[in-house]
Amino acid sequence: MSQSLLEEVKNRDQVFSFLRPAEQPALNVDKQILLYLEGLSVSFDGFQAINDLNLYVRDGELRCIIGPNGAGKTTMMDIITGKTRPDSGSAWFGQTINLLDLDEPAIAQAGIGRKFQKPTVFEFLSVWENLELSMPSPRAVFSVLRAKLDGEQRDRIEEVLTLIALQEQRESRAGSLSHGQKQWLEIGMLLMQQPRLLLVDEPVAGMTHQEMDRTAELLISLAGRHSVVVVEHDMDFVRQLAGRDRTVTVLHQGSVLAEGSMEQVQNDRRVIEVYLGE
Amino acid sequence: MTSRIIRWLLASGVLLACLAVSAGIQAQTDDQVLLEVQALLVSPNAPDKTVAIERLAQADHPRALEIYALLLDSKLYFNRADDFLYVIDNVVEGAPALALLSQETSLIERRRDYRRVAINNAQRTQIRRVMAQTGLNHERMEVRVGAVQQLMGDLDQDALTLIREAYVSETHGRVRDLMAVALAIDTLTSGDEAAQRDAISVLGGSLEPRGRVALVRYVEATDQPRLKTLAEQALVGIDQQVRFYKGLETVFFGLSMGSVLVLAAIGLAITFGVMGVINMAHGELIMIGAYTTFVIQQLMPNHIGLSVLVAVPAAFIVSGLVGIAIERGVIRFLYGRPLETLLATFGVSLVLQQAVRSIFSPLNRSVQTPEWMSGMLHFNPVFAVTWNRLYIILFCLMVFFLLLLILKRTALGLQVRAVSQNRAMARAMGVRSERVDMMTFGLGSGVAGIAGVALSQLTNVGPNLGQAYIIDSFMVVVFGGVGNIWGTLVAGMTLGVANKLMEPWAGAVLAKILVLVFIILFIQKRPRGLFPQRGRAAEG
Amino acid sequence: MLWKLIREDRGGQILLAMLLLAIIAVPLLNGLPSDHPLHIPTYTVALLGKYLTLALLALSVDLVWGYLGILTLGHGAFFALGGYVMGMYLMRQIGERGVYGHPELPDFMVFLSYDSLPWYWLGFDSFWFTVIMVMLVPGVLAFVFGALAFRSRVSGVYLSIITQALTFALMLAFFRNEMGFGGNNGLTDFKDILGFSLQSRETRLGLFIASAVALMLGYLLSRYIIQSRLGRVCVAVRDAESRARFLGYRVENVKLWVFTLSAMMAGVAGALYVPQVGIINPNEFSPLNSIEVVVWVAVGGRATLYGAVVGALLINYAKTWFTTELPEVWLFALGAIFILVTLLLPRGVTGLLRRKEAV
Repeated sequence: MSQSLLEEVKNRDQVFSFLRPAEQPALNVDKQILLYLEGLSVSFDGFQAINDLNLYVRDGELRCIIGPNGAGKTTMMDIITGKTRPDSGSAWFGQTINLLDLDEPAIAQAGIGRKFQKPTVFEFLSVWENLELSMPSPRAVFSVLRAKLDGEQRDRIEEVLTLIALQEQRESRAGSLSHGQKQWLEIGMLLMQQPRLLLVDEPVAGMTHQEMDRTAELLISLAGRHSVVVVEHDMDFVRQLAGRDRTVTVLHQGSVLAEGSMEQVQNDRRVIEVYLGE
Repeated sequence: MTSRIIRWLLASGVLLACLAVSAGIQAQTDDQVLLEVQALLVSPNAPDKTVAIERLAQADHPRALEIYALLLDSKLYFNRADDFLYVIDNVVEGAPALALLSQETSLIERRRDYRRVAINNAQRTQIRRVMAQTGLNHERMEVRVGAVQQLMGDLDQDALTLIREAYVSETHGRVRDLMAVALAIDTLTSGDEAAQRDAISVLGGSLEPRGRVALVRYVEATDQPRLKTLAEQALVGIDQQVRFYKGLETVFFGLSMGSVLVLAAIGLAITFGVMGVINMAHGELIMIGAYTTFVIQQLMPNHIGLSVLVAVPAAFIVSGLVGIAIERGVIRFLYGRPLETLLATFGVSLVLQQAVRSIFSPLNRSVQTPEWMSGMLHFNPVFAVTWNRLYIILFCLMVFFLLLLILKRTALGLQVRAVSQNRAMARAMGVRSERVDMMTFGLGSGVAGIAGVALSQLTNVGPNLGQAYIIDSFMVVVFGGVGNIWGTLVAGMTLGVANKLMEPWAGAVLAKILVLVFIILFIQKRPRGLFPQRGRAAEG
Repeated sequence: MLWKLIREDRGGQILLAMLLLAIIAVPLLNGLPSDHPLHIPTYTVALLGKYLTLALLALSVDLVWGYLGILTLGHGAFFALGGYVMGMYLMRQIGERGVYGHPELPDFMVFLSYDSLPWYWLGFDSFWFTVIMVMLVPGVLAFVFGALAFRSRVSGVYLSIITQALTFALMLAFFRNEMGFGGNNGLTDFKDILGFSLQSRETRLGLFIASAVALMLGYLLSRYIIQSRLGRVCVAVRDAESRARFLGYRVENVKLWVFTLSAMMAGVAGALYVPQVGIINPNEFSPLNSIEVVVWVAVGGRATLYGAVVGALLINYAKTWFTTELPEVWLFALGAIFILVTLLLPRGVTGLLRRKEAV
């Protein structure tokens, strides 16, 4: 660290890198692939959570990821969003953005949104304010201090409020919503963020069947403009999402066990052994 | 016995006339000697006092040393009315006067009644000589060492003769070595070349500071180049060893300070580290342990040595109960809200402090150190350790391993670890988590009480005792890595040694500041301490 | 513009109105003849002024604890630093009137046989330089400390403990004579400020008014922040830090700037406190002081701003009363307040007055 800093200072034909504003290269998806995960491994105290994981997500794709407990689904999301550093391997967003160089806010600003397993919203703020904070706008402290909502942005919030059916609750504290409503609010926050890639961790936990159907509908409608990666336990829901031709990935012990359409995966012997055969 | 007495008499150059009565003196009882001495000391004639001093020595009187010391300190008086001797600290009316023979105390009515037993310089020298002489033959090794050291301060022929005599019959290695050094110091200036050479090698093999001084002087004065080189080499050797032992001493001081830190922190390592409870009243639990020691000593004033041993379980129980009361009364309502726990327990600490102030007064109380803990353990003239520091280190290790045993090997320990790792699961398995919380907190608090017993032997016991240690304790636990008892041990010892290493050039306060700043920076770099708990469970 | 800040803030409206009233009424009542029943003696004016500075300190703590969730146990350090900066100016104002009559060196430096002023004492003969430093010194310390701590994501209890260690280390440092700040005794025996005698009635009134104005400005500034989107981001960070991160907010920067601003407010409070009490010494750094401030906020009601002011005034009035009437009981009372407020009154006394809101 200090060594490289010293070299920086000695190198006089360039502005010091720590003085240059951190610029992110623009997203480039020429090859139609949005997310590249290659050779990822990470272990906690000797437990291999992710083991040589390779995964490619196409631009605009809706991808379902299933796997038994401890298969490394959440850890994989942690790596993509910058929460966990892998021991080895690489993770690229498009062809130009190296995710391993960025921290969580930078990754979020680059266009990756994440929904947690347990719904996390800002409980003390109103539904409206939750959405307002999710809006893509300058995130620097002083811009935030002076930020005002313009008409267009208000319309956008209204739009999302309608979409997630929380118009009535716009002034309520998010903490007072029901579990399902919180799930919806969090999805709404993701929509506000307008990310290129959505990572959705068990979105339908605690939802009624009707709500599940609506969620599936919503996620499917998002695919195309956004890429969506859904991690889910609920097989019915996954079937609903994957339909006939969408790709489903099965994770097991930290690496990809099988990949293909729902039908292919369901008939894969190894998958049946470890997961479906129970 | 007789032969020894005879040797003394010769050595001190007493007149042969005294020899004639020596046999008779043996027959006399100590009281008779004392009466005789009293009569002689009260006499206005200076020579009578010389005889009195001599008589005490001849009789090998058990109170001889005491009376000599009183004479040297000018605390011995006689009453002109009854011609008895009295011990008086301060001659003012109303002050107490202790009769030397009967040991009865009376009050001084008139200052004029009392006269000091004055002695002249020759007699002072005589007393010192006799004291050294008595000392050289004393049955306790420490006293003999002291006597030789005293003689070395003023080495004349008489002193050398005494030492030479005693050297022959001395059997204890350390005393012999010291005597050899004393003799070598003399030989260095008086002996022939061969003798000087031997003396240099004797002095070179010793760490006695006076021997080193003698060598330095010799190097400055001598005109024999070969011996001079030899002496210089000896000096280099001595200095190297002195430096080594100074280093050892620093490490030892560091370890003893570290032990105090570990003792203070280890209870916290349980309540904070294992249970995740911030107990700001931890310092006050230590204080309560220290006050328990004080109370127990008040209850058994005649058994100071035993009282400290009794205090250990007593303090464990008292502090443990107070801890359980805190857990049941306050903390239990605040699980999962660490910042609120911090504030509430801080309130508890204020209440406990003020309670102690109201009960015991705001002043410091002094707890006595038992005899078996005072004094020093001498390894050599430049390296000696005090027993109490040594005991603290041993005590700390004992407490540590006992605790480790409890946590790793008992059912309680297993439950504690289960609850700390996954409360819900532990409950589902039938662990009564409430009871475990209570017991764990009681255990941590009890250990704090034990730390208080140890601290009472090192510092003053006062209402602020706990405050002084709370920040240090937190630093140790956080530095070591929360939830890791071994980390606490390593962190405490490291910080103790680091503190003592810095003290010589930075001073005690600055060293402490530097250590604090270091930890603040360290936590920035490694928020989970030296030995972090890793894995998914620790991420949350 | 200002009205917008407090339009929905009933407590704040009342508070600011009371402060305005005090600015007018206190000098008038002080001017009444001393046997008049409504007369306010000058020492009471100084006492009220002191309370107001402590209320400003509480406000600064509420800003970071109430809205950002940073339980700081070291804000007393910033307060004391501001106080020391002001103390240095006041020391330089003494000039030749010290006991030793040295034209430049304060008494304690003559006593410790300094030859000349240490470099860090230069410039404090200027009032404006001092005013800048009052904010800059605590601000820079908070910035450096915060940059380190927040960047490495030290949070929760750990952060509380290291803020406490920070103020503890500073206390030890300022106790040392070698620091050049008067060691144990601190800075005292001040004579005048801006040429006005500190003992005079008019100066006391002036300081009181300055404290009230500073508190009002501090309140409006805090209000401006929490009314803005930044304020909502603060609450977001407090309640779900990682969510805020995954939304793209640089949590460490938000914390850093608000923390630094809060430290500067605490510094101003300290600078106004010192001339009114006439002394600043290392005990102001004592960790107990910093924790006490947190309790003022808790008593008043966390995350309400005006609650912090109310709490500070209530507890300090109680402290003054107890320490003169029942000194032995004070720590019992304070301890009991700590326990009872956290257990029974998580929303403070102002929470009792507010209508029950949906939680």
